[in-house]
Amino acid sequence: MFIQIKNLKKKFNDSFAVNGINFEIDKDRTLGLLGPNGCGKTTSIGMILGLIKPTSGEIIIDNKNLDTFKRDEILARINFASPYIELPKKLTVRQNLEVYSRLYGIKNRKERIDEISEDLNISDFFERKTGELSSGQKNRVSLAKSLINKPEILLLDEPTASLDPDIGDFVRSYIQNYRSKNKVTILLASHNMAEVERLCDSIIMMKNGKIIDRGTCKQIIDKHGRNNLEETFLKLARSKSEF
Amino acid sequence: MNFNKVYALGLRHMYLISNSLPRIIDLIYWPTVQIFLWGFISKFFTLNSEYYSNTVGIILTAAILYDFLFRVSISFNMMFLEEIWSRNFTNLFIAPIKISEIVASLTFTAILRALIGMIPAAIIAIPLFGVSVFKLGMPLLFLLLALYLFGITLGLLVTSGLLRFGPSFENIAWASLFFLAPLGCIYYPIEILPNSLQIIAKGLPLVHIFEEMRSILISGNVNYFDIIKSISISIVYFILGVIIFYVSFLGAKVRGTLINMGE
Repeated sequence: MFIQIKNLKKKFNDSFAVNGINFEIDKDRTLGLLGPNGCGKTTSIGMILGLIKPTSGEIIIDNKNLDTFKRDEILARINFASPYIELPKKLTVRQNLEVYSRLYGIKNRKERIDEISEDLNISDFFERKTGELSSGQKNRVSLAKSLINKPEILLLDEPTASLDPDIGDFVRSYIQNYRSKNKVTILLASHNMAEVERLCDSIIMMKNGKIIDRGTCKQIIDKHGRNNLEETFLKLARSKSEF
Repeated sequence: MNFNKVYALGLRHMYLISNSLPRIIDLIYWPTVQIFLWGFISKFFTLNSEYYSNTVGIILTAAILYDFLFRVSISFNMMFLEEIWSRNFTNLFIAPIKISEIVASLTFTAILRALIGMIPAAIIAIPLFGVSVFKLGMPLLFLLLALYLFGITLGLLVTSGLLRFGPSFENIAWASLFFLAPLGCIYYPIEILPNSLQIIAKGLPLVHIFEEMRSILISGNVNYFDIIKSISISIVYFILGVIIFYVSFLGAKVRGTLINMGE
C-alpha cells in the first residue's frame, strides 16, 4: 500500500472532526473522498498534508510515518490543488511558477514550466498577474503549480468547483490524461459525482468524521440499490444511521 | 538549510515589490517623511536647547536608526501578512520547506526592504540638514546589527501572534513597536524615565543602542562593551523569538488554523 491511514482521529475542542478513519490507497490509483460538508474531508486532507496534527492515529506514505519522518522530504513528493487557496495575486503566472519550481527544487525549471504551461494552455497569459485571471484560468494555473514537481501523490480538493462545464471538462480530461501518462496516486475530494465516477478507481464515503462506506462506484451504487452515485450520495448523506 | 529555497521565498517578495511602483514609493516615502519631520524638529532643538546646542542632528540620527528598526520589523510582518492576504498560506506550508528556511528568508528579505527605504532617507539628510548618520563610523554597523536583530525579533513575536490568533492579530502587528518606543529611550536619556521603568528599559537593547549613539555623537567616545551588551541582549531576544515562533507553528498545527488562514 502506498498510502495507509490508520485509526486517524482529530479532535477540535470537544468534538471529533475525524473519528478513527482507516483506508489505504494503492500506488498509482485514484481514491475519491466523498461526504457532506463538515464530514471531515478537508481535515483529513490537512492531516495528510502535514498542516494539521492528528490527535491520534498514523499516516504512512511509502512506508514512512509522516509524524516521524522528515516533513520536507515527504512533502517534496506530494502536491495539492484547491480552488479555496490561491497563488499570490500580484505575481505573474510565470513568476509564481518560477517561485514554486524553486521551492520544490526542480532542476530543469524552464523546461518544466514550459512543458506544463503548454499542456495546460496557460502560455497565453503567462505574463499576466494571477489576480487578473478568470476563475478558469486561475484554476489551470493552480493545477500547473500542483504538478510542477511531478508529484507521486496528488491531493485534489474540489478541483472543478465554480468552473463552467467546458473548463470543468477540460480539467477532468487533463487529470485523466495526466494520470494515464504519469505514475501518480490521487486522493480526490469532490461533490461532483459525475467527476468522481469518471476519475476514481474506488471511493470512500464519510459522514460525521467516520467512513460509512467504501468500494468501487458500481459496488456502492449496487449495494444501496440506486441508479447512480448522486442518488447514492443523497441516500447516505440524509440517512440518520451511520451504517 | 537549502539556500535556493530561502532565495525562492525572497524572490517572491522581491517580485511583489518590483511589480508595483506604488509599493516602491511606499517603502521610500515614510522614511523620507520621517527625515523631514525630525530634521526640522532637530534643527529647532539645536538652535534653542542647551543640551543639544553642540551636537547638531542627534535627534535626526536617532530618528533614522529608530526608523531602521521600525522598517525591519514591519517588513518582516508585512511579508508574512502578504501570504495571509493573498491566501497563499496553504501553498507555502505544504511546499517542502523547513520552518527555519521560512524564518531565514523573512529575515534576509526584511533587511532589503528596510534598506530600500532607509538608504535614500539617510542620504537626503546630508545635504538637507547637514546630518550624516555615517558619522557614527564603524560602530554604526554594530548598532544597526543590534537593531536588526531586535527588529526581526519583534517581527517573529507578531507573526507568532498571527499564527496563534489568526489575521485578527494584524492590528497588534502595526502597534507592536509603539508599545516599546517609550521605554526605548530613543530621543531622550534613560534618566528621564521613573526608576521602576528604568529597570525594565535596561532589559531592552534599545536603551543601550541609543545611549551609545548619543555618547558617540556628544563626546566622541565609543564604548564597545555597551555595544556588545546591546548585541548580546538582542541575540537573547532573537533566540526567544525563534522558539516562540516554533511553538506557535506547532500550536497552529494542533488547532488546524494553517489550512484556513486567509483574509
